[in-house]
This record gives sequence, C-alpha cells and structure tokens, in this order.
Amino acid sequence: MRAFSTLFQELDGTTRTGAKLTALERYFRSAPAEDAAWALALLLGKRRRRLITGRRLREICLEGSPLPEWLFEACHSQVGDSAETVALLWAQRDQSTVDAAALPEAPLHHWMEQRLPQLAALQGAEQAEAVRGCWASCPPEQLLLVNKLLSGGFRVGVSTGLVTRGLARSAGLEEAVLAHRLMGGFEPSAAALEQLLAPGQQEEVLAARPYPFFLASPLDPAVLQQGDPGQWQLEWKWDGIRGQLIHRRAGCSLWSRGEELINDAFPELIALAASLPEGTVLDGEVIVWQPQAEAPEPFASLQRRLGRKAPSTTLQRQCPACFIAYDLLEHGGVDLRPQPLEERRRRLEQLRAQWLSEAPEALVPRWRLPQPEPLSHWDQLEPLRQGARERRAEGLMLKRRDSPYLVGRKRGHWWKHKLEPLRLDAVLLYAQAGSGRRANLYTDYSFGLWDNSGTLVTFAKAYSGLDDGEIRELDRWIRAHTTERFGPVRAVEPLQVFELAFEGLQRSNRHKCGIAVRFPRISRWRQDKPAAEADSLATALALLEGSP
Amino acid sequence: MPLPPGGLLQLTPEGLYCPAAQAWIDPWRPVPRALITHGHADHARPGCGTYWAVGQAEGILRQRLGEGIDLIPVEYGERHRIGGARVSFHSAGHVLGSAQIRLEAGGERWLVSGDYKRCPDPSCTPFEPVAADVLITEATFGLPIYRWRSGAAVAQEIVDWWRGATDRPSLLLCYAFGKAQRVLAELHRLGIRDEVLLHGSVQQLMEPYREAQVAMPPTRPLAELPRGAPLEGRLVIAPPGALRGRGLSRLKTPQTAFVSGWMAVRGARRRRGTGHGFVLSDHADWPGLLRSVRESGAQQVYVTHGQSNVLARYLREVEGIAAEPLEGAFEAERFEGDTPEAAAP
Ligand SMILES: [Zn+2]
Ligand SMILES: [Zn+2]
Repeated sequence: MRAFSTLFQELDGTTRTGAKLTALERYFRSAPAEDAAWALALLLGKRRRRLITGRRLREICLEGSPLPEWLFEACHSQVGDSAETVALLWAQRDQSTVDAAALPEAPLHHWMEQRLPQLAALQGAEQAEAVRGCWASCPPEQLLLVNKLLSGGFRVGVSTGLVTRGLARSAGLEEAVLAHRLMGGFEPSAAALEQLLAPGQQEEVLAARPYPFFLASPLDPAVLQQGDPGQWQLEWKWDGIRGQLIHRRAGCSLWSRGEELINDAFPELIALAASLPEGTVLDGEVIVWQPQAEAPEPFASLQRRLGRKAPSTTLQRQCPACFIAYDLLEHGGVDLRPQPLEERRRRLEQLRAQWLSEAPEALVPRWRLPQPEPLSHWDQLEPLRQGARERRAEGLMLKRRDSPYLVGRKRGHWWKHKLEPLRLDAVLLYAQAGSGRRANLYTDYSFGLWDNSGTLVTFAKAYSGLDDGEIRELDRWIRAHTTERFGPVRAVEPLQVFELAFEGLQRSNRHKCGIAVRFPRISRWRQDKPAAEADSLATALALLEGSP
Repeated sequence: MPLPPGGLLQLTPEGLYCPAAQAWIDPWRPVPRALITHGHADHARPGCGTYWAVGQAEGILRQRLGEGIDLIPVEYGERHRIGGARVSFHSAGHVLGSAQIRLEAGGERWLVSGDYKRCPDPSCTPFEPVAADVLITEATFGLPIYRWRSGAAVAQEIVDWWRGATDRPSLLLCYAFGKAQRVLAELHRLGIRDEVLLHGSVQQLMEPYREAQVAMPPTRPLAELPRGAPLEGRLVIAPPGALRGRGLSRLKTPQTAFVSGWMAVRGARRRRGTGHGFVLSDHADWPGLLRSVRESGAQQVYVTHGQSNVLARYLREVEGIAAEPLEGAFEAERFEGDTPEAAAP
C-alpha cells in the first residue's frame, strides 16, 4: 500500500506528463504482480466500487470526534469532498501521531481484496469501530487514499494512454499491443496481468498499430503564391479531434492523435469501422455532426463525448459522432502512404462509393467525405478562408496533390491556414442566478482579464457554453467560494479560468476595460490553468488591432 | 457585528480606531496617526500622518510606503503613552517586525492580534502571549482541517523535491515578503549553503532581513545570473504573480511548487495548477488560534478575516467565551500574503 500511496501522491503532485510517466514506470517495474494488477485497474478507472458512502464515513468520523456537526459542515464546504474532509480532520487528531514506518505494511491487493471489503461487510457500531481502527493504523498521508478507495471516488490525473504507456515501458511491450489487449477489459489478478504483458507476436504488433500521423505546418502564403494553385487540394480544417479509424483482422480501432485508443467513447464509429472492408485505415477528424445539419456542432459537444466510457444512447443521440475522412492510408491491407495524395484520394472515393452501396442506412451519416474546394486562382484563397467561421471550420488545409503521407511535421507538403482565433482565457469574477429552468443555479457569469498593475478588470459576460454537469459543478463551487454579495450577484474568489470565444472586439468607452465584446460565450473550462496565467487586457488589445 | 459603543476601540470607515489614543490600527485609508502591526500591504497603507511600528519593520515600511514617511520606531514590550492610552507592541511571530498591539485605558486592556502564528520561525521573533480583557483576532485559517507541521519538516520536503530534479530548475512560488525569507532561513537551518536565485520582488525584501541578521543561504537575483549559465538543479524563489511576467522565461521547463497554507486542501492545489503544493503558512492554524485566545485570558473576543463566523461560533458554543465576528474591510487579506492568489506587491 505504501508504494501505491507514494505513486498516488507523485501523480497528484505534478502537472508534468514526463514526471507522471516516470512515476508510473517506476511503480510498475517494482510492484509485485498482484499489486500492480490492482493499481492498473484503479488507475484505468475500471474498479470504482463504492464500499461505504461518503455520508457514512462522515458519520463514523463525527462519532469518534469531539467536533460539532456544523463545524464538520464548514470544513466540508471549504474542502468540497467528504472523503478528503474526513481524512484531514482525522489526521489532525492528537492521537494520530503514529509512526508510519513502524506499522505493519499490508500490500495493495490485501487492502483491495480483504481489508476494505471486510469493512464494507460490517454494520453499525461494529463497522464504525473497525473503520476508525483502520484510520488509526494509517499514516496520515494514506488516509485520503483509503477513504477514496472506500467511497469509490478514487481518481487521479492520468489518462488511459499514459497509464498504458507507463506499463508498456516497464514491461518492454509495444504500447499499441497493450492498448489493444486492454480493450477487452481487465480483471485485477496476477494471472490476468501476466497474460496482458506476455511478449507480443510480430503479427499482433503490426495489426494493432496506427500509422504515425502526418501533420501540417502553419501556412506561409508568400512561399505558396509563386506556384500553380492547381497543384493543391483544398479542404476545410475541422474543429474536432484528429483520428485514425482502423479495420484489420485483429479488430477495429479508433486512435486519437495523442495515440490513445478511444473505442469506448465512440461505439458508433467502431460500428462504422466494422462496416469497412478488412485492411482499411482512414485518417480523418472525429466530430459531432447532426445527420441533417449543414455544419458540425461546436467543440463543446465533442467534449461531452470525450473520455466518457460507454456513452448512453441518449448522449449518442444528442451528440452523434461522425468521422470526416481526409485520407486513405491502407487499403486491402496495403500501405498506401508512399502513393501521391491524388491517387489515395481516388481510391478513397472509390471505397466510399462501394461502401455506400452496401452500408446500412444508420451508418451513412457517420461517415462524411466532403469534396475538396476548387482553387483556380490565389485570389480565391482569402475569401474562402473567411467563410470558414460560417461553416464552423477552423480554416483551410492545403495539401500538395503529389504529396506522400509522411511522418510528423514535414514542411512543404501540407499547410494549415487557420482563421485567427478570437479566444481569450479569462477569470470568473461574478456570478448571478439564471432564470426559468435554471433559476436556482448560478449561470450568468462575468469574467475579468489582468491589467498592467496585476488587477483583474471585468471584461465580458457570458451565459452559455457549459453543459449541465459543469453548470452544477460550478454552481457548487461559486456558493463555497463567495467573497461578497451584492443583491443577487456574488463575487467569487478569482480562481477559475474559462476560455471565451467571441466574434469580434471593439473599442468602447462605455466599458470599464475599454473593449466591447461581440457574442462572447464559454468555449471551455480551463481547470488546468491557474488564474495567474489567464490573459491580460494587453493581449485583448492586441487581438483588437488584428481583428477586422 | 459592529463593536459596542463606548469601548476602547471603535470601527470607523477608516478602520479600527482608539478614541483615547486618537489612533487607528492598520487603517484602510489615510489617517493622522496609524499604529501598524506589520508591513503586508493589507495592513500598512500609504498616506498617513505619523506611523508607529516596531523598529525591525522600519526598513520594510519605508521601502513600501516611501522613504520620507514620519515613523516612530518602538521596541517589543515598551509601554508608550499616546494621548490618554497606554500602547505596547508585542511580537506576533508572523513576519519580520510583526506585532500584536495592546491598548490600555480606563482600566480596560484591548489586544489587536494583527496576523500571527505560533509555529517557530527562524526569520522572526516568536509570538508572545499577551493578557487582555478584549481580544480582536484574525481567523484566516479558522477551520480544524488546518494544522501545520513544523517549518523544518516542510523545508526538508522542499529540499527532497528540489534535490530530486537535477535535470531542470526548481521554481518555488511563495509570497515575496515573509514566506520567501522564512523558507530561506529554514533551508539554512538544514545546512543548505547553495546559492538560491531570487525573482526581483523577493530580492527587494532581502536587505531588511539580512540587516536583522537572519541566517539564510547566499542568494542572487536571477536577472544577475550571466546569460547561458546552467540552471539545472538550481532553486529559484519567486512570488506567484511572477508567472504572469517575463522574468521567469529563461527557466524553460522548471518543476514548480507553491508554498502556502491553502495547499493543505487537494482542490486548492489542483486549482492552482502549479503541480506540487507545500503546506506552510505564516498564519495561526486551528490549534494555534484556540491556544492564543485561551492564553490571552480575554472574556470578549472579536474575530476578523476568513473564517470569522466559524471561529466565533466555536468559541461561543464550545469554549464558552463571548465571541462575535467583526465585519469590516478585513477581507482584503484574502488577496494578500498567504493566499493562493497573492500577487507581487
Ligand atoms: Zn500579514
Ligand atoms: Zn494580513
């Protein structure tokens, strides 16, 4: 348990991917198989069983403590989590000065298979006694972990991809193979882990792996405009996530550009892959697009699908995923990447026509293959690019018709020509309750940017852009972090950062910050960003100079 | 809740006022006579006629409020007659030159705690318990989830964290006045003699501390390090606000940690987004607050800052001491000193 607790603290105590990876690799290298199996299941979020509720933990803690209940509540509203509040309060007791090193150390699998389930099986006073006994025997830094495991709330900031990479490295195994093997689910046992980490067969390795992505560079228009526009294929650059959709004998898979296997999140696209002939690899964009709509949904809709394992049918209906194909990398099991783009495109269209003649109706809207835009003169480029916002595209892609599909970012073949994004990261300053359905929730927000003296100046209001879950989470946070109230408005601690998207900026004397914002909306909640790193008014002014 | 009329201290729009001494304590606006507990920006504001403060705080106050201010330096424990009151300053253990201020008149003794802590701190004089009839105390960390480990233990964690990264610089974010010097003094006590690099706003505060002969490792402003000098394995101390400026751009990919009492809570660490959090505060923790209230012997307590409601209710209901939260502009504290959003002064 001590080793896993250290890993938990290491992962929790850094934002650097490299440091997390090192910690994972180190843990998996040294942990005995039966513990490593449990650690893997926990880190992948595959074992999140609630053994004892947070409410019950709190009851057990209060019974054994002289603190009045209202004081526990005050602590809870500061901490925002029962398991952690209990851990902090218990660690503060004078008696809890245990010598951690002197305690008998039970391994993780023993905790998971015996100790914790036994606590859960008890009842009433007997259970309370046993739980408090367990806490008393824990070094203070393990209390949070134990409570999180008990309440089923164990979470730590590592992606499935990162855990897979750390484990693959520790075992000297191909990452793609491991990711594929993990798709089949995982039971935390030493035997299952051994099977998972068995050496890979060459064929399995090849069958599992996506091709490395070929990336475009930002356009240098001067370089381009000397040549013939007819050499270039022009496509829209969509605001989704880049992906590779694979159907091979070993199975179907969808890989993100971050080389994460995202099959679980997009079952409808896996169904699409299965309908393609074996030996097919498509490169393209995963995006949310309603079957009859002209334009895709904004990125926020896709975000609702990302990282959501086994999305409900309701969610799949509300936010239907679609694959926009850009390229055909493998056909009939043959690697097409050395072929010129023109040839790959021809085969892609052929494949699509064939597929359309056989594909089930329901799958048809899952796959889009937009026609390239015509370009006969360079003067057409800019007006076309300006049309991107209307189509909810990020801009244009220019690809040489004779380009092979290379690896990584190689200049000269592919260019991206994005619209200047009008986006700023701003800090939440005030909130006000909404109306109608959301009358009891704080849904109207005011945001600030930093000025030169390090003060936050109110800059824009926004009402939309968050989903219901986020709104509720933010509402709770607002209530717990109010610094002042002015009638219906609450001032909050300036801690939360949001990316705001908007259509334009104008100078204005009516606004305190000197800028008026057109159609501001929240494009994402930047929980990864500290307030100190939000944008400044100077940045906004620079955008203003550049905006039409 | 306001202070009752006729008491030794009153709450005016300028702040806490003692009519007998015709003096304000840590006033929010310019007044003729100001008694200053310590140099943090929410306690010491410019524009007053005469300032009274502990001699050790003089350098800092002149730096922050202007070289030419009219300042009367006093020693800890001396009793001064100001108007019809006796006034004495007593060590608060918060930062260099910090004080609790006691006022006596008409047979009543009132004590204003200012910011204080009970944990030993090698960078300033320890807290001195002072008897009073009425106590006005802060409660920034007035919840039982806050209980501090010793500065030495936290400093050892900092050393381990720093020594663990030999391939990159370690950037430690702490408030420029008080916290940074306390960390340096704790490091010195652990035998650290490596040169530590400082952001400009921390550097500014070093002179008063060196003058007070606080033992700290050698330091150098980051800006004075020659171009191209290797930064791997070096420790850099900067205020959190410096992340917004350009001063730290040469650090490339440092490992970053934030030092603050707020880091005791996981959610606060995560919102901060700087990676590691070290729990070290210059304010009293829950046991420190309770102990100080008891040791003062005060029969009436007013509570300011942060968790004033919680601490007052606890004192009333559990300790049986008359206690009320005191409302005023004290909340400014949230954005200063030992807070997650502390900006460079
Ligand atoms: Zn202070
Ligand atoms: Zn203060």
